[in-house]
Amino acid sequence: MYPREFDYVAPSSLDEALEALGDDSKVMAGGMSLLPLMKMRLFSPAVVVDIGRIGGLDTIEESNGDIVIGALVRHATTATSPLVAQVATGLATAASLTGDVQVRNRGTTCGSLAHADVAADQPAAALALGATMVAQSSEGTREIAASDFFVDALTSALQPNEILTSIRVPKHQAGEGSAYDKLGRRGGRSDYAIAGAAAWVKMEGGSVADARVALTGVGTKASLANAVADAVIGTDGSEQAVKDAAARATEDVTIIEDLYGTEEYKTHLAKVYAARALSQAIANAS
Amino acid sequence: MATTSVMGGAVKRREDPALIKGYGSFVDDMTPTRVAHVAFLRSPIARAKITKLDTSAAKETEGVVAVYTHDDVSHLGPLLAQVPIGKLRPLLADGEVNHVGEAIAMVVAENRYAAQDAVDAIDVDYDVMTPVIDLKKAKSDEIKVHDELESNVLHTWTYHGYWDALGLEDQTAEVDAAMERDDAVVVSLEMTNQRLIPVAIEPRSVIADWNPGYGSFTIHSSTQVPHALGGAVSKMFGLKSTDVRVIAPEVGGGFGCKLNVYNDEILVAFASQALGRPVKWTETRREAAGATIHGRGWIGTATLVGTKDGEFLGYKLEAIADMGAYTQNFTVAIPLLGLWIASGQYKMPVSWTVDCVVTNTMTTDAYRGAGRPEAIYYLERVIDAYAREIGMDPLDVRVKNFWQPDEFPATMGCGFALDSGDYEGAVEKLKAEAGYEDLLQKREEARAEGRHVGIGIGSYVEVCGFGPAVLAEIGFSWANYGLPASFNGSGIVRVNPDATVTVVIGTGPTGQGHQTTWAQIVGDGLGIPVEDIKVLHGDTREHPMGIGTFGSRSLSVDGAATFEATKKVREKAARIAAHILEASADDIVFEDGGAHVAGSPDKRAEWAQIAKAAYQAHTSPEDLDSGLEAHTTFSPGNATWPFGTHLALVEVDSDTGDVKILDYYAVDDCGNVVSPMIVNGQVHGGIAQGIGQALFEDAVYDEAGNMLTGSLLDYPLPTAADLPSLHLSHTVTPTDVNPMGVKGIGEAGTIGSAHTIVNAVVDALSPLGVKHIDMPLRPKRVWAAIQEASN
Repeated sequence: MYPREFDYVAPSSLDEALEALGDDSKVMAGGMSLLPLMKMRLFSPAVVVDIGRIGGLDTIEESNGDIVIGALVRHATTATSPLVAQVATGLATAASLTGDVQVRNRGTTCGSLAHADVAADQPAAALALGATMVAQSSEGTREIAASDFFVDALTSALQPNEILTSIRVPKHQAGEGSAYDKLGRRGGRSDYAIAGAAAWVKMEGGSVADARVALTGVGTKASLANAVADAVIGTDGSEQAVKDAAARATEDVTIIEDLYGTEEYKTHLAKVYAARALSQAIANAS
Repeated sequence: MATTSVMGGAVKRREDPALIKGYGSFVDDMTPTRVAHVAFLRSPIARAKITKLDTSAAKETEGVVAVYTHDDVSHLGPLLAQVPIGKLRPLLADGEVNHVGEAIAMVVAENRYAAQDAVDAIDVDYDVMTPVIDLKKAKSDEIKVHDELESNVLHTWTYHGYWDALGLEDQTAEVDAAMERDDAVVVSLEMTNQRLIPVAIEPRSVIADWNPGYGSFTIHSSTQVPHALGGAVSKMFGLKSTDVRVIAPEVGGGFGCKLNVYNDEILVAFASQALGRPVKWTETRREAAGATIHGRGWIGTATLVGTKDGEFLGYKLEAIADMGAYTQNFTVAIPLLGLWIASGQYKMPVSWTVDCVVTNTMTTDAYRGAGRPEAIYYLERVIDAYAREIGMDPLDVRVKNFWQPDEFPATMGCGFALDSGDYEGAVEKLKAEAGYEDLLQKREEARAEGRHVGIGIGSYVEVCGFGPAVLAEIGFSWANYGLPASFNGSGIVRVNPDATVTVVIGTGPTGQGHQTTWAQIVGDGLGIPVEDIKVLHGDTREHPMGIGTFGSRSLSVDGAATFEATKKVREKAARIAAHILEASADDIVFEDGGAHVAGSPDKRAEWAQIAKAAYQAHTSPEDLDSGLEAHTTFSPGNATWPFGTHLALVEVDSDTGDVKILDYYAVDDCGNVVSPMIVNGQVHGGIAQGIGQALFEDAVYDEAGNMLTGSLLDYPLPTAADLPSLHLSHTVTPTDVNPMGVKGIGEAGTIGSAHTIVNAVVDALSPLGVKHIDMPLRPKRVWAAIQEASN
């Protein structure tokens, strides 16, 4: 568990950090995902750019109907922020179910998104809540919709010269709600997701006016289950309506087997958790 | 007498403040001057001939001191096993590899990063061969793992035939005949008791320091058996025992995996001697997963035959146990520990056959429980299935077949005698503690609501306190490392001139809290406060002979020796006090930190006075040697046989297969209790590991022999957050095997819990028709079982 030799840069400003980035570099925030890969020599960047000493990246702010979560906001902060719990509920829940106390105290919400693990909690929440990723490079700032951000296993749309400096999440308005739920590898909600789902809904006059549902843990990347959303929109959001819609959870995803689930089981779980997340989001919306 | 030192008092662990604050000193914390670091090249292939092994580039890597392969070390010979059935592990691969993780080359470098870089630079070509992984295929001998062995089946343990000298009767015909009876109910289950990785929090770590001037080794190792390591090194390097000092400082967990002496320790010593400088190796977590021994790994079919009204007529087990590629310490003997408790708490004939097969996987050996969790699991699962089949309460069916209190010592068909027991007493206590009747009611209510709630019962008896001298005759000792062929306990108790006490024991903790328990034993015997008693362990220079901590043996064997040594010291102290007080030694009473003459509390000598007098010839009796010290060994006539019954209440989410433990009750009987907090701590940890096997843990090799669970990412362990609050209680049935009447508690929780959980989950799902699910009961398996039962 000893990494190959690498250069370590810990700049104090964003500009310096952006300058230090190159083709064979990697940004580190909490290091909870990057360091184990490096120690196992599965990944050996030439340069690690530690953004941990850059000021101003560790805040959660409100801006134009969004909340903006900075690159150094830890899972623990996202999980316990009353603001996030109220206006981006699913994201707060995802943060609270990530890792253990130590991991939540070190790891960051943005770092987990940038890492794009197939079984992480944050990507599904970001997709369902319609988050926008804010990526900076020395050439400027680029905004990437969550739906365009997750490319493949451990692969995001970030370029090697970019840092995910923040994410913007639209605040829940009246009648909107979201939720996240998962089955963890150690049962209950403990550990990485065997299968998990996040949902966001907008309720109007007792029916579902809009919805987004996203899955994690079951495929090669976190992804939107658009068929579920389409099917639930226009219904009354009843248990039956949710169940019928959730039955379409895997229409847009290729299920991958692993030690924790066969294709059949994960297909089933995707439906179960799509339904659970949707029902909870609907409950949270009212 | 200080109240804190009373045996049975809830003394807090004395070692915890230092450990919690980070002042514990573990091997990896030590970095001697000029130390060089080791990394091993380990095979990524399960079975292959090595067609090329080129270390020249590695030797040129910056910071590399030396690179060694088989030819460099073969003169030392392989490290011996205590039960040498099978193929011994070569120190480094000898032209072939037989499991993923087998060491091929050793790099020594100035730092561990450079060592790893050099490992990556070694050029190896493999001629890959078909590995043997599946146990049934291994048994078939379709492909033999080792050409030089007659068969993949190294040994077959049978209930009556494990030791010819005993002349035991084969009960197979009796069990078979019972199955033919008209009123027989025969229930069989084919089950897996999966392979596990021990996962000590502290990985193995060793520093060897050869002093060329004195021609002697000082070796620090994270081991459960410092004396065994010292013996092995003495033997392999041709040194006197006084020239090999082994120190096991703080050891952060062992669970049996540090009860082996390992090749790595010998190789590090070799490198230190060859290079004339200290050499250090700390295993990585991946090495801990794939190159430290594994436990369990059985498949088999258990059959119980009984009458329709719950009387057991016989039990049969036919199983195959996975030994891995090479035989290490006790490897082939581990199932034997299960054999001795094959009949559990029940009086019935037994037919028990376990084939030990070699496969292209890591060696298996002792892991907390070692053979006993496997044996009890098979028995107690099939008893549960039988109770369900005849519609009888699982507690009632057990009670009906228990050995009765007046039948002890109870000689079983395996030749050993259960020392003492009140099995029904533990069940009655469990029923009261858990509110059994209410739980049954709650289960029915939950089921009426459509919930899947189950109650699991698991009884166990275990065998520990190794051990009786007879065990040495079947290989249980360190005789192959040149140590005496016994599992004696030993203890040295020395009252120092300032009335403090130094206790030296032949067993050392890997977290069990010996500093506390031993201080209680000695403090109680002498009336000296625990705070004034220093317990030394884990240093072969301090103590000529020690067996080590394993098999729940420390208290009942070494503790008993210390208890006896304490008595001797007290007797001598009484003579000195009598001399001071001009009284008869028979009249001396020890109380409140000193001695006085019975009936005359004023005629009193403080311990400080007695201790000082003992070291001044002119103030001690003329016919007494100077000093105040005793060294006693203890050889028990029998093992000890703790027992208990556990109960789990679980709920299964039938939509996902997720199991939630709602509540857990355990009643354990380990005889007299010296230190209740430590006993409960042991039960807590043991149950956590049993639950780990039941729900989470699984060491998986795929068909090609790749290890799929080589890191903790893929080997889920139970954490505090995953466990319910445990309700622990005890009954006390002392043993007469040792003078303290104590049995042993280190493994009881593990042996009692895995089947309790599985029984509970099967109970929860039995209304759906589920009869068995193999561990670990991960949600996917539970869900699949529900699907299968409902289709």
